[in-house]
Amino acid sequence: MKTGRWLIPIAILLAGFVAWEIAVRVNQTPLWMLPPPSAIADSFRDDRQLLLDNGLVTLLEVVLGFVSALVLGIATGVAIAQSRLLERAIYPIIIASQTIPMVALAPLLLIWYGYGLLPKVIVTTLVCFFPIAVSTVDGLRSTDREVLALLRTYGAGPWRRFWLAQAPSALPSLFSGIRVAITFSVIGAVFGELVGASEGLGYLMQRAAAQFETARVFAALFVLSAMGIGLFALATVIERIALPWRSHVLEDRDD
Amino acid sequence: MPECSTAALSMQGVSATYRDRNDLLLALDSVTLDVQAHEFVAMVGPSGSGKSTLLDIVSGLFGESAGRVDVDGEAIALEQRLGRSAYMRQRDLLLPWRSAAENAALALEARGVPKTKARATARQRFPEFGLAGFEDAWPSQLSGGMRQRVAFLRTILADRSLLLLDEPFGALDALNRVSMQTWLAGYWEAERHPVLLVTHDVDEAIFLADRVLVLSPRPGRIVHEERIDVPRPRRRAAMTSPSFLQHRSSLLTALGVIDETNVA
Repeated sequence: MKTGRWLIPIAILLAGFVAWEIAVRVNQTPLWMLPPPSAIADSFRDDRQLLLDNGLVTLLEVVLGFVSALVLGIATGVAIAQSRLLERAIYPIIIASQTIPMVALAPLLLIWYGYGLLPKVIVTTLVCFFPIAVSTVDGLRSTDREVLALLRTYGAGPWRRFWLAQAPSALPSLFSGIRVAITFSVIGAVFGELVGASEGLGYLMQRAAAQFETARVFAALFVLSAMGIGLFALATVIERIALPWRSHVLEDRDD
Repeated sequence: MPECSTAALSMQGVSATYRDRNDLLLALDSVTLDVQAHEFVAMVGPSGSGKSTLLDIVSGLFGESAGRVDVDGEAIALEQRLGRSAYMRQRDLLLPWRSAAENAALALEARGVPKTKARATARQRFPEFGLAGFEDAWPSQLSGGMRQRVAFLRTILADRSLLLLDEPFGALDALNRVSMQTWLAGYWEAERHPVLLVTHDVDEAIFLADRVLVLSPRPGRIVHEERIDVPRPRRRAAMTSPSFLQHRSSLLTALGVIDETNVA
């Protein structure tokens, strides 16, 4: 069952590649317009050092940006959920901030912080922050009020009520937010690179496109996609380990 | 029955009001009652008679508007009442991310007992509650009756002399409810903690309690008190005895479910 679930999408993907290869050859599409999968595979082989070096730069931006968003997002979410005053003060600002398009913000970051690592990390942090903060607030609010009352009758103070009930209640929602944020994180880092960079996969793609090295653009694209899928899978694995009771509940519902 | 002069719980003239938009609703109207040490008191009343409010007041979750509440013979202010009694509600409130033993240990961990010690203590008591072998089960794997027994064990582990039970079996199906009542009667007869049970099941009240109080519809007032003379240990068969039926008809009359002319 588990392997079968993966087999079907992989088969569809492979069939798509075969059809792509055939279509390009039959139509004799020029290489610069749409390279066949075989040419992309060649690019993987010839440009592997280039892809690796630039991929690691992008990965670093993604990881740094995501981790800062995680820390800031959870801290903000906890603060908002604990205090009505902070909720009224901060929440509207956070929501309003989401209406500022990242496209407009990135050039500013370039002006302020230059071409280095920092502006990419900031863009990634900004796009990941919102889903994490909101899912933390929602998760903490989902705590059963009766459970909190029960803990009070057991003599638990606010600190123990938080760790025994609120924090674990928030985890499923937080992980949903993390999964959304992780897919955003790769987009954020690449976007930061497109605005102005001297290394990274976004930079590599831009350079390759300017030179009509279309196969390399695709190769970089596939590396990015693999990075996103890998990070998503990692988050799912961590979620399974952190919430063993949850996969159990889901399995029970399956049969 | 009461051999000790200090009551486990004593309430004098306790009233409670709710704010419903701009109106003040009187939920309890000068309720006076006591629960002696080693006494099982049940309180029956129609829904909306303020039964749960009364337990919230005793446990320290809700403030009374008038009156006095003494626990173990001393008047205790609202804030200090938290942690003085063990409160069990209709919903089992088991945490889905904790195993059965970890859930039972919650009452200990809530007041700062170290995790490992709390869980070891909880596990030791599992056989006594008919839960041997289910220590590591998730709540989602337990039946309704078993979940309620874990919740009851958690309540006992809170280690307060006074137990407050708010319709503890209300969410169970009829068969499970009967077996849990029988089990609780046996458990209580061995331990004899002071208990204040709130229920709307008259049979449950008679079967379990030494004394039954009847609460009126809102605002709740105590309109009737009945000492139950069914001998202990209580058996299921006692439910068809003449004295049991006598208690039932006088309690139902007090509740206004049947009127006196029909009984006679």
